[in-house]
Amino acid sequence: MSDLWLGWPTQLTIFAVALAVGIMVDRSTSNRASAVASALGVLVLTQALAFVPLDTLFFDGDLGRTIRGATNDFVRFLVVNYGDFFDAISEPVLRTLVTLERTLRDAPVPLVLFAVGALAYLASRRLAMAAGMVVALYFIGTLGLWEQAMQTVSIMLVSVGISIILGIPVGVLNARSNTARKIINPVLDLMQTIPSFVYLIPALMLFGLGNVSAVLATVIYATPPLIRLTDLGIRYVDAEVVEASRAFGATRRQMLTGVQIPLALPSIMQGINQTVMMALAMVVIGSMIGARGVGQTVLIGLQRNDAGQGLIGGIAIVMLAIVFDRISQAAGARAQKHRQVAH
Amino acid sequence: MSLIEVKNVTKIFGPNPKAALQRYRDGLSKEELLAETGHTLGLADVSLSIGKGQIFVIMGLSGSGKSTLIRHFNRLIDPTDGQILVDGDDVIKMSIRQLERFRRTKMSMVFQRFGLMPHRTVLQNVAYGLKVRGVGRAEREAKAMEWIERVGLSGYDGQYPTQLSGGMQQRVGLARALATDAEILLMDEAFSALDPLIRSQMQDQLIELQSELGKTIVFITHDLDEALRIGDQIAILKDGRLSQVGTPPEILLNPADDYVTEFVRDVNRARVLTVETVMRPPKTRLTGADIDKALGEMRRTNADWGYVVEDGRYLGVATQESLAAAVSANDGRNLYEVAEDGPTVSAADALEAALPAALETDYPLPVVDKEGLLMGVVSGREMSSALTPPKVASAAAAEPGGSAGRAGGAAPASTAGKTAATAESPAAAHRETAKLDG
Repeated sequence: MSDLWLGWPTQLTIFAVALAVGIMVDRSTSNRASAVASALGVLVLTQALAFVPLDTLFFDGDLGRTIRGATNDFVRFLVVNYGDFFDAISEPVLRTLVTLERTLRDAPVPLVLFAVGALAYLASRRLAMAAGMVVALYFIGTLGLWEQAMQTVSIMLVSVGISIILGIPVGVLNARSNTARKIINPVLDLMQTIPSFVYLIPALMLFGLGNVSAVLATVIYATPPLIRLTDLGIRYVDAEVVEASRAFGATRRQMLTGVQIPLALPSIMQGINQTVMMALAMVVIGSMIGARGVGQTVLIGLQRNDAGQGLIGGIAIVMLAIVFDRISQAAGARAQKHRQVAH
Repeated sequence: MSLIEVKNVTKIFGPNPKAALQRYRDGLSKEELLAETGHTLGLADVSLSIGKGQIFVIMGLSGSGKSTLIRHFNRLIDPTDGQILVDGDDVIKMSIRQLERFRRTKMSMVFQRFGLMPHRTVLQNVAYGLKVRGVGRAEREAKAMEWIERVGLSGYDGQYPTQLSGGMQQRVGLARALATDAEILLMDEAFSALDPLIRSQMQDQLIELQSELGKTIVFITHDLDEALRIGDQIAILKDGRLSQVGTPPEILLNPADDYVTEFVRDVNRARVLTVETVMRPPKTRLTGADIDKALGEMRRTNADWGYVVEDGRYLGVATQESLAAAVSANDGRNLYEVAEDGPTVSAADALEAALPAALETDYPLPVVDKEGLLMGVVSGREMSSALTPPKVASAAAAEPGGSAGRAGGAAPASTAGKTAATAESPAAAHRETAKLDG
């Protein structure tokens, strides 16, 4: 490694990072004192790390190797000491996944087609749309990918379910507390921008190869829009309506369940729709870490240099996307009714 | 007895209101406070006393702090300093739970843009206050139904707010506020978003409801005509400070400062002021049937007109001439028969209604009550002087007057005058020179 990356430039870089963090905090809080404090915090933290006997010291070693070593040590530490804990997390997810997958695969195909048609009709109240969804799904079967599609659907449903369970409460929290929002928003940015493989590597070590890691990757990638849109939806609920409920003595809970969430529902539904779409985008990546389903079809096409197989896998994914999107959009549109404040 | 007692409530908006409060107490003005500390003075030492069963109107232009003030009553906004007592209970000291209970039972509120919940039907909206309180579905919906009928929305209970007009939506808002049986009704510019015709209908309905139910109503408006029409008491707020509190005639006849004067100038006074406010006792009451005695009385008091009264009941007017003629005719008629019938007005009549009659007669009009008893008299001149808006001491006139007064304190007035003269003379001299040069 060239000397260019070692010594005092490293220190300077750390200082610049500290400054950048300070400026970021300053922008979000418009509070000089806390900005300076965070900058100092970063500096002190890095200096303190430098004294911890890791593989290399900052001062004459290189920063990249330090981080790498520390991360690997940490993951190994987790695997060794908290393996049971991670098993305990993955176990119920896996069980749900397996049950769902088995149910979908064992169910007679006409029943599944009928169920999807019924769901589409309930969401849209339009027969034509229901019929269209049934046709799209049947088409996947004609491609010979029915079983794979059912596997993908079950991973999707579980991932989206977890995203909803996590995303809506966090979105509510963000809407209510500016502090929470300031902390969580950068995390969401990170979740959406950091390449999936970066967190898939430790995830594989912790959860093993297969569906659970795929679910985790999907949840990390697909939850942020739901959080953001829940937050936005609740913040944009007409202030006078919320004030009215307060004036009538509603508790915070009554306000949330009776006014804020119902009125934010169109936005929340939009968030769920986004989550579903982003979850589908993760199907192929999921297959790379051992998740089964349509993604695997595409992956095999890639590995065997079989463009045709890649295409039919792609078509199946698009068909699934259409079905999921139309149904959730229609449900969202129906939620929109009577939600706008009249003046 | 006062139901709501507001004592020295001050509200300062900004990141550190307590520190800013100290600066304000040290004598900083609203503008200085904003310039030096970045804090906005919302309310400045407002004290009010609102009686039970009153319609109390708080009036002011936008930015005067009226909406801030009304939100202090149910503590939608916390004051920076001061005390609010409702029925003797200190609202500021209440815990969250106590406050929620207080809002559910004691005070309800009507909003400018209605604040209806768009995802609930009219029935569910009206029942909302009861639902929050935990009243069962059947009971609360029955009660809500009653109020929907009461405000004239029968048949609309299943509709959503978006399907109704503005006036109807505000009726829903009113019904929702009334359905909780709260003793106090806060109305924040409740009718301001409605068009004039609907607005006056709603005002009528409010006055009607209030007289039936005897609620205490705190009503916010920026419209003086509305304030005068519905208010028993009016408080005028300017820049967070109370300018004046009084009954409508008090405000109209004795505006406390230039701001209020400016405000009341454009009001149709003839419609707001009643005969009662300008009525005075009759100069000459003629009682008993004896004409000679009556004539003597009139001559003694040197009155041209006398008001003939029997058992306090007004019978008519008599002049010295008519009495003298009756005496000389000596036809045996008594005073009651001689009295001439004429127009009368009642104390509650607006001046608008009384004025034409006053212009027709050349004596002050008798004011009689429902039983026909003579209450007083009112002359056309008095009416017209009450109708003349008070003059604003204009800013231009007031300023030099003020400074002259101050200057006068420092030096004798003559000196001040001389200084002014000498100050002027060089210019005059200069003009002279200029003329000569030209």
